[in-house]
Amino acid sequence: MLDLYSPGSSILHRLPPAPKMLAMMFGATLLFINQSLPVTIVATLVILVLYPIAQLTLKQAFAQVRPLLIIFVLFFVVQWYFSGLELAAYVVLRLAALILLASLVTLTTRSSDMIDTMTRGLRYLKPIGVNPEKVSLAISLALRFIPVLAQITREVREAQKVRGLERSVIAVAMPMAIRAIKMADDISDAIDSRGYRS
Amino acid sequence: MDTTAPRGLATKDIVYIALFAALTAALGLMPPIHFAGAALPPISAQSLGVMLAGAVLGSKRGGLALLLFIALVAVGLPLLSGGRGGFGVLIGTSGGFLLAWPLCAYIIGYLMEKDTAASPVKTGLYVAFGGIIVMYAAGIPWMAFIGKLGLSKSLTIMVAYIPGDLVKVVLATIIARGLRRAYPNL
Amino acid sequence: MIKLENVSVSFGERTVLNTISLDLTERRIAIIGANGSGKSTFARLLNGLALPTTGEVLVHGLNTRKKGRDVRRKVGFVFQNPDNQIVMPVVDEDLAFGMKNLGFSKEDIATKTDEILTRYKMSDLREHPAHLLSGGQKQLLAISGVLVMTPDILVMDEPTTLLDLRNKRRIARAVAALDQMVITVTHDLDLITDYDRVIAIDEGRIFADGAPQDVIPTYEKLMS
Repeated sequence: MLDLYSPGSSILHRLPPAPKMLAMMFGATLLFINQSLPVTIVATLVILVLYPIAQLTLKQAFAQVRPLLIIFVLFFVVQWYFSGLELAAYVVLRLAALILLASLVTLTTRSSDMIDTMTRGLRYLKPIGVNPEKVSLAISLALRFIPVLAQITREVREAQKVRGLERSVIAVAMPMAIRAIKMADDISDAIDSRGYRS
Repeated sequence: MDTTAPRGLATKDIVYIALFAALTAALGLMPPIHFAGAALPPISAQSLGVMLAGAVLGSKRGGLALLLFIALVAVGLPLLSGGRGGFGVLIGTSGGFLLAWPLCAYIIGYLMEKDTAASPVKTGLYVAFGGIIVMYAAGIPWMAFIGKLGLSKSLTIMVAYIPGDLVKVVLATIIARGLRRAYPNL
Repeated sequence: MIKLENVSVSFGERTVLNTISLDLTERRIAIIGANGSGKSTFARLLNGLALPTTGEVLVHGLNTRKKGRDVRRKVGFVFQNPDNQIVMPVVDEDLAFGMKNLGFSKEDIATKTDEILTRYKMSDLREHPAHLLSGGQKQLLAISGVLVMTPDILVMDEPTTLLDLRNKRRIARAVAALDQMVITVTHDLDLITDYDRVIAIDEGRIFADGAPQDVIPTYEKLMS
């Protein structure tokens, strides 16, 4: 399965998903509560040290925050202008630390393991009407549909190119949407005819 | 048998929920529109998936579709535009917008269910309420909180996104109405 | 065997099938008819995916109206578009899907998966993403996913329409080798020349029923 997992055999890779997620949430909460810049700097460094321990490069660490660089710069400038350099550094660094911490879990855990943990955890929600089997069917189906719909999306884009842009968005999207619903109806029949008990 | 359960979902409902979660993911592959050079994050087509899920599937199934999408992002699948995913994005600056998506879809669906004979304009207003107002009401305070920015400054940043959102509202309204006509008992 | 008693199906004003009574007992039966003749609805009646508006459908004596799940366990269904009946993202997961629903044991699922993949020479595709298979492979996977559930009867709704000639023949060979009773709804007259019985439907009624060499010429005359 296509995910953001980075293969490895480090202690973080071997740790089961549930405690890893709990530790991450705990760490994130501490980062939120803490208001001091020096502590945030230390925390960021500690998280960065965890990257090589998890057999990840600092380049990978940087890749996690890169999509947010624009917003980091924006926040930094606004904060600096209104509230001074220290708060600006604190806000941006805390944000970076949070993202680096969360990404550590994502990079060292397979999505499939995470999904297993999640569906197992759903047992506890049975009393409020959650059916874990239905959730896992929905997950599998979504994973099955994504490449199909991605293909349809590519076709829309090609058709747009051929016909000239925006004007025809609806003309292309509508038949595609109808095709997708038709597929869903057929799959629903196929699931029922293969003995699924809904 | 589960069909007797009060909250039971039929096979078809599960398939539709998965379909709209996948649709939201696929819309992330549409090239984002860069409208302010590198000054602001680009507009993506993904919130169109939120609007469509609510307007086409209704409150419960629409909300669940987006909940499923967010869960798949949380477990580390790169389904957000630009190939992003994982917990990091969900607690980042735009986390409030993303986590609000299930609620937005639910509210759009709820309004549509209350007014099944809504005119195109009214449908558009419902979609705009859930897809813009509710989303911003959750996303902006989050952004303000996480960036210690203050509400008014965060609001100023987000104004740049409103034109793109309005385009998505129009698209979602037209597509949802068309689908509802083609499949009256969706 | 499948028995239809005075079966009619209508969608609103439109009558799709009109008072049909039939006993289906032969090993190879084909249902032919033009687009919109009602033959697809006919196929869906046989495993309870569609229910008659009036009349009854009985599979081994089980009424599809009341025993839908038991009927579907006995009647496997192969759809026209394999893309729309592969449920799981990966080949072996999809094969396991139906078996899991029927409560097969893990060992049983593994054995049956091995067996069917070997039979159709797809062992190397075991962990392959299903959406990356070729059209012919997808249809074979779709048929396999149904066969592993060990149905008594296989109903196929235009299984070769979307395939090229080579894959059509591949599917035809696979079907010919089956022990089960097979009911094929199709446009593809080449596929059914050696069938035991051919039923031609037009405008919701049966207009010819018998051996292929008798029914196919009648049908071709009607279509021209």
